[in-house]
Amino acid sequence: MEHYSMNLNLRIWRQKNKNDKGGFADYKVEGISSEMSFLEMIDVLNERLILENTEPVAFDHDCREGICGSCSMYINGRPHGPWHETTTCQLHMRAFKDGDTIVVEPWRAKSFPVVKDLVVDRAAFDRIIQSGGYISVNTGNAVDANCIPIEKDKADKAFAAAACIGCGACVAACPNTSAMLFVSAKVSQLALLPQGGPERKTRVRNMVAQMDKEGFGSCTNIGACEAECPKGISLENIARMNREFTIASLLSED
Amino acid sequence: MSKESFFSSSIGRKIAVSLTGIFLITFLLVHVGLNATILLNDGGETFNAGAHFMAYNWLIRVMEVGLFAGFILHIVLTLMLYFQNRTKRPVAYAKVDAKENSRWYSRSMALLGSLLLIFLVIHINQFWSDKLVHVYINGEQQIDAYTMVIEALRNPINLVIYIGAFIALSYHLLHGFPSAFQTLGWNHKKYTPIIKKLGVIYSVFVPGLFCIIALAIYFEFVQ
Ligand code: SF4
Ligand code: FES
Repeated sequence: MEHYSMNLNLRIWRQKNKNDKGGFADYKVEGISSEMSFLEMIDVLNERLILENTEPVAFDHDCREGICGSCSMYINGRPHGPWHETTTCQLHMRAFKDGDTIVVEPWRAKSFPVVKDLVVDRAAFDRIIQSGGYISVNTGNAVDANCIPIEKDKADKAFAAAACIGCGACVAACPNTSAMLFVSAKVSQLALLPQGGPERKTRVRNMVAQMDKEGFGSCTNIGACEAECPKGISLENIARMNREFTIASLLSED
Repeated sequence: MSKESFFSSSIGRKIAVSLTGIFLITFLLVHVGLNATILLNDGGETFNAGAHFMAYNWLIRVMEVGLFAGFILHIVLTLMLYFQNRTKRPVAYAKVDAKENSRWYSRSMALLGSLLLIFLVIHINQFWSDKLVHVYINGEQQIDAYTMVIEALRNPINLVIYIGAFIALSYHLLHGFPSAFQTLGWNHKKYTPIIKKLGVIYSVFVPGLFCIIALAIYFEFVQ
């Protein structure tokens, strides 16, 4: 495809800190290459803001290759922008045309408070993981990876669920602000494998309890999460978690 | 770690919504079946016999209590969830492109449900038994639900409300039918596509049949 350069109008959410009310600021950026990533485009803007002696736009990023899940930007009304199964760092500027106006907002959720500008605090996800997203293993020599046979389709499904990078786009996309897709991926990746067996029942109950405690909304099966997830996590995981949770709750003695 | 009780958890409540939903879906099938006897055009004989059976059979009366409970639980739980969910995003997005990731009726279940609730109130008020016309057949008191239905649906305002409600119902079901099964954890490569197809067929044909019956009455195809 032809490379081109473009001038863009950006409307970016600026917020000094957690308690600041915040608001949009408009910027013009010029000569943006179609081959830049979205974050590189923001870098270009920030370089200029620094030279102008103003505060650069704060945003989370780390790997810039779609695996860490930190680049949370709500671009033109969609988490991670217009491309399917793509993180913001992998979104390229060829998704836009010369003269476009791009609105960039942070994830909006009560459980993901804004720290600064486009940076939100996703510690709620960490606490959900801490409540049950682990397995117990004996210490000592590492066991051979293939000593427990696992059916291919289960291994595939566990692997697909494990692709979740904890970015929070599912929460950001959901009109109910539900975290079910994330939690269900984390429950599924372990529930499907024999290694996850010992904690299987307590895990799902603890993680759902923590999810509710963190104040995420309730799922109504709208499906926006699955459509916007950069890793293509399937709604099948939510159904699995509902099963796991129902069985674990009804059969438990407490 | 403190565990939640099943029905105070978000998933437990969702499951209650889906179970009551499936119960209401089943009820609707019975209701449309009874209404369809109007199309027999037999002066309401079959329809009234059915209504009589419904009104006097003890099993049906017991089920009726369950039906009321089902309606109330479904409505109260979903409205509660709706208002709770609305507090979860205190600062709204300036720009949302929701049509790219979901269907409008999936996002509007509370609105569609509220329209249905308004219709339900009108409907019960219009057809509730103490307002029923009573006739005597062989010296025995009978309710003439048929005449009431015919009279009500010959009124154009009633007809428009009626059809409007069934359009809302159709969209409500289009989301609700497959959603109920997803909530129960029935997501399966082989069966989910079948459930989805069944859902579309049900959502189009059942409300459609209600409307066809209403139109047949309005345009005097049935006497
Ligand atoms: S499920 Fe998808 S959208 Fe949600 S946190 Fe995981 S990768 Fe991100
Ligand atoms: S920066 Fe790591 S996923 Fe985008």
